[in-house]
Amino acid sequence: MTADDNIAIRARGLTKVFGNLRAVDDVDLTVEHRQVYGFLGPNGSGKSTSIRMLCGLLTPTSGEIEVLGLRIPDEAETLRQRIGYMTQQFSLFTDLTVRENLEFLAAVQNLSRRRTAERVDELLEEYHFTGRADQLAGTMSGGQRQRLALAGSVIHNPELLFLDEPTSAVDPESRRDFWEKLFELADAGTTILVSSHYMDEAERCHRLAILDKGRLVADGSPAELTGALEHRTLEVSAARPRSAKKVIVGVEGVLSAAQIGNSLRVLCTDTEGCAGRVEAALAAASVDAKVAQTPPNLEDVFVAVTNRQDTEQDREAS
Amino acid sequence: MNWRRLWAIVIKELRQIRRDRVTLAMIAGIPIMQLALFGYAINLNLRHLPAAIADEALTSGSRQVVMDMLATGVIEPVADARSPQELMTMLRRGEISVGVAIPQDFERRLASGEEAVQILVDGSDTVVQSAAGQLAQMPLTYTPGDPRASSVPLPTRPISVVSFYNPQRVSAINIVPGLIGIILTMTMVMFTAVAIVRERERGNMELLIATPLSSAELMIGKVLPYGIIGLVQTSLILLLGMLLFSVPIRGSVFDVYWAAILLILANLSMGLLISTRAQSQFQAMQMTFFVFLPSVLLSGFMFPFDGMPRPAQWIAEILPLTHFLRLIRGVMLRGAGLFELWHELLALVGFIALMMTLAILRFRKSLD
Repeated sequence: MTADDNIAIRARGLTKVFGNLRAVDDVDLTVEHRQVYGFLGPNGSGKSTSIRMLCGLLTPTSGEIEVLGLRIPDEAETLRQRIGYMTQQFSLFTDLTVRENLEFLAAVQNLSRRRTAERVDELLEEYHFTGRADQLAGTMSGGQRQRLALAGSVIHNPELLFLDEPTSAVDPESRRDFWEKLFELADAGTTILVSSHYMDEAERCHRLAILDKGRLVADGSPAELTGALEHRTLEVSAARPRSAKKVIVGVEGVLSAAQIGNSLRVLCTDTEGCAGRVEAALAAASVDAKVAQTPPNLEDVFVAVTNRQDTEQDREAS
Repeated sequence: MNWRRLWAIVIKELRQIRRDRVTLAMIAGIPIMQLALFGYAINLNLRHLPAAIADEALTSGSRQVVMDMLATGVIEPVADARSPQELMTMLRRGEISVGVAIPQDFERRLASGEEAVQILVDGSDTVVQSAAGQLAQMPLTYTPGDPRASSVPLPTRPISVVSFYNPQRVSAINIVPGLIGIILTMTMVMFTAVAIVRERERGNMELLIATPLSSAELMIGKVLPYGIIGLVQTSLILLLGMLLFSVPIRGSVFDVYWAAILLILANLSMGLLISTRAQSQFQAMQMTFFVFLPSVLLSGFMFPFDGMPRPAQWIAEILPLTHFLRLIRGVMLRGAGLFELWHELLALVGFIALMMTLAILRFRKSLD
């Protein structure tokens, strides 16, 4: 592998097998510097395992990894001084105060005593802990803990930040604040790889990879990914959406129909004639409904890429 | 080895211990409780065994024998009996542990050198049996007829048991030095094993191994505070032992502390090894007890080493507590110098080296 100046993470054929389970299966990744790169996928799709392999915490079963020009896991020790890692579970010490946690992390990240004092004060200010520096981390709310964990993971100003589902236990407002912080860090030059199962968060990433059952099923910018589904998403408004759904799922070329309030969101396999067939089927079943095109979102992308796999497998099986 | 990082771990650990009330209570509570239990409550030299005496001779000679036996303090009369049959009934009912039967022809038997007095012992309790055996100068003669009772020929004078280094046969003097070993074995292994497994359980370990901390910094930084706690406990037991039971330190105090440091290191390294295997704090506790029980039973703390069967002795030789007990008893009670007991020193150092190597080899800075 040649070190490309603009590539922060490059992985080829990344695979991790636990017993009979292929947790990560032949994943190729390229993450450019100064990007906020998202990992999107349901629980158990291999997001955490991938991140742990990229940090050098897990040894891949096979595949090549290069992070910040270092070969992983061989050069993981060197890498550790240049990355920040925020674990999925809160991993700071609940029986230490905010300040004690930050001081400890500063020391193990090789900050000098003087630099530690400066940096801790800086972070307390920046992450709104000024009045709470002496509060035990264990007594804080989910949102505060996540903020503290983020402060802890950037204490040594890492070039690259790995965040494993940082907002999974956090209320919406805290999530918004949290992402503001991420963009501040990205603007300051930090590359961020963040995993999530929230679609709204995925939409904010510069690029994202969708993982399903350990496989990389799609990657690109949110616009590219949704653009590929243009004219394949329909909105069906019906008085009795449940009976409309029964009709629609049987229509040829319909991938899925999900109820959202009083309407249905329908995803088609192709752009040709799907709307017409749906309308015809509804009319034939004498269900009163209105069919309209609607712009695709990432949820549709997610359904499309994960469902397509299933249907392919079904076809192979039959 | 980076001192700043090592120090950061030590400080963090001390701060956590300071906030952990249960651990804090255990540090001082276990030594005090054990010392009180072993020093006061558990008296390994049995005294005041409930007894009854059936004196059918009622001569001045027989009364003298009874008085002498009572004077030893081993038995205490709790009931009256008129015949040996009555004694046996009482024994069977558990009302007494020891029965003394003096036949009518006591004086004649004594004169002709026959067995003059019979002691009936509740043989189902081995501790009682051996304690009652102290009443007799000669070894027990087993009577196969009744398995619950054994007959003992009684001397005409009270037994004189000669005990070196502990002439009053006060348990506490023997027990306090050993207790240092018992308490260090119990708390040191458990504290270290649990301290590391807890970090893994709470997810802290994933954070720590993703930092530039080295395995050695992490392990040494984690055990150092507990080593200091071990020395505090040692001092506490020594101090209380001297104040409450006048336990002497006949050798050098420095030698006592060197021996304690070696045992602390041995137990900390064993705790580290356990922590690399245990999946949960509960498992760590289980493994600790797996080590702790044989240590208590086989090290020579509870039962004399020489009386144990060979295989038990072999196991005992592997346990650090066995060697520590020989060291500490030598130094504290016999006034020996540490290097006179170099066999035991060598055994402890070897144990530490082996455990530490295994622990560091097994500890990986990865989640694999």
